[in-house]
Amino acid sequence: MSAAALPNAKRVALFVTCLVDVFRPSVGMAAVQLLEEAGCEVVVPPGQTCCGQPGYNSGDRPAAIAIARRVIEMLEPFEWVVIPSGSCGGMIRKHYPELFAGDATWAPRAKAVAGKTYELTAFLSHVLGVKSVAAHFPAHATYHDSCSALRELGLRSEPRQLLRSVQGLTITELTERDACCGFGGTFAVKYPDISNAIVEKKTADVMGTGADLLISADMGCLLNMAGKLKREGSSVHVRHIAEVLAGMVDLPAIGEGSAPS
Amino acid sequence: MTADGTTFGNRVTGALADPQLKQALSNVRTNFVAKRAAAKSALPEWGDLSNQARVLKDHTLAHLDVYLEAYERTATAAGATVHWAATGAEARDIILRICQASGAKTVTKGKSMVGEEIHLNQHLEANGITPVETDLGEYIIQLRGELPSHIIAPAVHLTKAQVEADFRRIHTHLPPDRSLVDPAELVAEARGILRGKFLAADVGITGANFLVAETGTSVIVTNEGNGDLTQVLPKTHIVIASIEKVIPTLEDVATILRLLARSATGQDISTYTTFSTGPRRAADPDGPEAYHVVILDNGRSEMLGTELRPVLRCIRCGACMNHCPVYQAIGGHAYGAVYAGPIGAVLTPALDGVLAAKDLPNATPFCGRCEEVCPMQIPLPGLMRHFREQQVAMSKAPAAQRVGLGIWRWLALRPNIYRLAMRSSTRILEIMGGRKGRLRWMPLGGGWTRHRDLPAPEGRTFHDLWAERQRQRVRT
Repeated sequence: MSAAALPNAKRVALFVTCLVDVFRPSVGMAAVQLLEEAGCEVVVPPGQTCCGQPGYNSGDRPAAIAIARRVIEMLEPFEWVVIPSGSCGGMIRKHYPELFAGDATWAPRAKAVAGKTYELTAFLSHVLGVKSVAAHFPAHATYHDSCSALRELGLRSEPRQLLRSVQGLTITELTERDACCGFGGTFAVKYPDISNAIVEKKTADVMGTGADLLISADMGCLLNMAGKLKREGSSVHVRHIAEVLAGMVDLPAIGEGSAPS
Repeated sequence: MTADGTTFGNRVTGALADPQLKQALSNVRTNFVAKRAAAKSALPEWGDLSNQARVLKDHTLAHLDVYLEAYERTATAAGATVHWAATGAEARDIILRICQASGAKTVTKGKSMVGEEIHLNQHLEANGITPVETDLGEYIIQLRGELPSHIIAPAVHLTKAQVEADFRRIHTHLPPDRSLVDPAELVAEARGILRGKFLAADVGITGANFLVAETGTSVIVTNEGNGDLTQVLPKTHIVIASIEKVIPTLEDVATILRLLARSATGQDISTYTTFSTGPRRAADPDGPEAYHVVILDNGRSEMLGTELRPVLRCIRCGACMNHCPVYQAIGGHAYGAVYAGPIGAVLTPALDGVLAAKDLPNATPFCGRCEEVCPMQIPLPGLMRHFREQQVAMSKAPAAQRVGLGIWRWLALRPNIYRLAMRSSTRILEIMGGRKGRLRWMPLGGGWTRHRDLPAPEGRTFHDLWAERQRQRVRT
């Protein structure tokens, strides 16, 4: 993979997501690295905060609309938008057009932004045609599909194909590949006991694979599953797919600081 | 809070602490989910069939008045007496009057969710008539005085051991050494009891999976054959069905039948599919002397002109609940409603009002699997969101949510202040995470840290790191 392989350098706006911004900026940097290695020019539009999903899913439609308008205005000038998250990607691609359905001014604008917005692995695979990455990441991993990447964006093969190219990485699939991890945004805090019952099944499935690394493409799921695995005393490391594809081996895994866990 | 005084929170706590429930619910994942997947993958035309069924139901719902009147005409011509009930209370009274006119002491019942919806058994009992459920699952929950916990598997919340205990408690004639370990032995015991009830019943009441406008036929699907005995043996057969069960033609029934059992149990077709058209005719070997059909609205016609209309496409297969992580965790009773699972989370507020079951459309992670497996393509998460929006619009969302979202909205619309707030949050959380890199507890985050750690941030926001990188690039 190199810039020379691409006929035209693409100017890509990175929408980094609020969770990556606060909890795992390295994921954003990994996304930048992957996009630049593939020959893109990465721009981070200033003024980005949140995609509006917390309000949308909590039933606060006016708040979601107010925020979505800002995001649309912010992203309109760019040819491509890339998001290292299926959840926020799904919000913009699938739900923005729904949010403005029937609005003569905003519906076409929402649709236009939705059409050029991609989740990171989808963009690498489908738009850039990236088949492999240069990373070396020795680990026995398993992969969790976030519900939004899987069902809202229809991504299943994309992350796996990219991960297969990582040297030293082997993958054992979960038994229940279609099952939710129990995060669900505010659901995890509003209904913590139900959320816990769901994530317990997920961590048991993870342990059952014998993997020492759990990879996913959504920070929400990752914080949830890493938090549960650590609480259970598990030694399984948890990472975002971008950091694995970018070969960030030295970065402590999610929920692991400088101290050995 | 429901009539029994429990809240959703109480019921969830109870359900999650119940090891027998957990064991029973594990069967849902291993049985229904795997079998449906196999049945679906064996049918290459699944997607087309599902589209066809959706279009068919949408068409029928768009002309529901026409098809209901057509059904009434054809059913009446075949000798049925058709009754219209606007509410559950009206339907109960119509059924009670028919039972009383037949001099009924005992009525047998096939499985009917509409019967549950209108609380028919309680009404009959209060008026001196004994209803006997003949579906094995329904029979078991009737012994226990419970509601069904699942649309197609009413007793799915119970283990075999619990059913055995119930049988020994109620069937006092059982010798203690009689084995009831094997499911077949439990079925044989119930069958033995029910055989006498079938023969003694004065009236048989069933639901209907379809009412066919073309022929005036009611259709039921069962796996136990109990529905047939319920409707054929007594002198009077009463069908209770809601308005959206009407369908234009027998051909259309065939289309949906191909999806129904596969989605429900993974069977290609249910063991029995029974078509009933009018009472017994002179040349018929058997059948009831009188055949009544009670068609219930109970709020459904008001859903027709609204965004809730897709709910009326539901064919009650139960696939949404089988695949729902919340249902799999808490079971059906925790919902506190006749209809549980994702379909219950939209049907309950649709029928009983937005505030009747506030938690139901909220208590889901929006994983979307219900919509994915729904053969009728009902946009269940979107409809749950619709009810969340109504609650917010009525200012009925929880106070903590209102305050939290208010702050979030205010910040999200002010990037500069947002940036400062995130810069300090990430730093504070990083410090709290210490060398381990995670928090076991955080202020205002008790819901999160009750069961899991909060991974600590790296300490600086992406936007600060990015700004720094841009500055360095300018300098170099």
